[in-house]
Amino acid sequence: MANYSTNEFKAGLKIMQDGEPCNILENEMVKPGKGQAFNRVRIRKLISGKVVEKTFKSGDSVEGADVIDMDLAYLYNDGEFWHFMNNETFEQLAADAKAVGDMTKWLVEQDVCTLTLWNGNPIAVTPPNFVELEIVETDPGLKGDTAGTGGKPATLSTGAVVRVPLFVQTGEVVKVDTRSGEYVSRVQK
Amino acid sequence: MQLSDNWRPSATLATLKQRAALFRAVRDFFSQRDVLEVDTPLLSRFGVTDLHLENLTTELQAFPKLPFFLQTSPEYAMKRLVAAHQTSIYQLGKVFRDDLVGRHHNPEFTMLEWYRVGFTMTQLIDEVIALLQLTLGSLPVTQLSYQQAFLQTLQLDPLTATVAEIKAKLRDYSHVAELSAREDDRDTLLQLAMSVIIEPSFCPKSITVINDFPASQAALAQLCRHDSRVAKRFEVYVGGIELANGYQELTDASQQQQRFEHDNVLRQQHQKPERMADFRLIAALESGFPECAGVALGFDRLLMLQSKKDDIAQVLPFSISCA
Repeated sequence: MANYSTNEFKAGLKIMQDGEPCNILENEMVKPGKGQAFNRVRIRKLISGKVVEKTFKSGDSVEGADVIDMDLAYLYNDGEFWHFMNNETFEQLAADAKAVGDMTKWLVEQDVCTLTLWNGNPIAVTPPNFVELEIVETDPGLKGDTAGTGGKPATLSTGAVVRVPLFVQTGEVVKVDTRSGEYVSRVQK
Repeated sequence: MQLSDNWRPSATLATLKQRAALFRAVRDFFSQRDVLEVDTPLLSRFGVTDLHLENLTTELQAFPKLPFFLQTSPEYAMKRLVAAHQTSIYQLGKVFRDDLVGRHHNPEFTMLEWYRVGFTMTQLIDEVIALLQLTLGSLPVTQLSYQQAFLQTLQLDPLTATVAEIKAKLRDYSHVAELSAREDDRDTLLQLAMSVIIEPSFCPKSITVINDFPASQAALAQLCRHDSRVAKRFEVYVGGIELANGYQELTDASQQQQRFEHDNVLRQQHQKPERMADFRLIAALESGFPECAGVALGFDRLLMLQSKKDDIAQVLPFSISCA
């Protein structure tokens, strides 16, 4: 993998730090009128998810990370791996529990997810922003209730628990925002 | 930095009006103080020797094969005027630095630089503060020596600490720990601490003046007579933004020659091109240079602060990305 000079730093560039691929979130040059210039960067470590701040001398170079994002459809979980398929080439990839993390609760068969690959191996899975899932368990709501009150917890078919309005019942399909984990609406079956 | 195909200006009309008003305010300020406006050449046979400054260079058909340098500051030419006429002067104009581009950096920018014959560094600091109070309102002022600033923020004496002690102290700050562990140059470590730890800690809505920099960072300032570890150099900040850098000017031609040579030794060590020393400046100092204090202030940054913009592009008619 190529090295990058600090001159090439920008948000989105993938570099290696502490043995881990990282994504640059922010890069700021600090250059005194007289004296050495520095780059202050905020980076997200792509495996641990940690966000850290580091400083480099301007002109220093760092190792790049071979990281790419691929859009793949979720197929199934065999108990150990989560399997995904490229809808164009039909090529399949398996992600382990570490890569999927707690995103497993948003994986719906056939939904296209973004897999982040490092050196060809999945290290992170990002589900679509919105998914539709069936409610498998929730307390029966009161008649005449409308959205806007506190709501009640509902367990979805993947095991995810979200707060839904009181009128939503077991067996209904709901649309959820995976970024916030919040209920959006009911879906007509 | 991405270049843009957009033809539109990077500043709004309201900001351009504010820019024009600030030009007028600065000129009125110096006119009332009887300081003469000058406009020295931006294109010169000599570049700057400073290790961390790079000139843009060009060639002229009239003098083939001779490099000419776009000035990073009008300092050398202005000092030749001071030597010749022994009078206070100011210049408000463009300069060029082959630097990276950022929120506070554009390769072509407007510098306000002035030299006050007979002034001490203290008198000049007062004048800088007066200009800032006039253009930014009555901000509170904190003045600290470089040593005090380090002692306050890092409990570290920059004048006596060993390289190992500086490195040990910087290890406590996670965002600089790794860089300081692999860096062994004393001034680089001090500059790292200053730019990344101390400056960001300055009170946001006030003027901070730092004076008496270490002699190794004297640039073109006189050394203190009573303490040769420090130089009569100062920097002025508003919040964490560096606005101005000034000196009790070095008047001794042979010391100036030595500093040029020392700069070139550092340039060699860092695999940077050497820059011929401006012998005309040396000759001007030899002819009898008056005691004087001088300062350079980033005009665009002053306008950023006045107009509350956080990117220099917003105060320039066209920033480098659409120039």
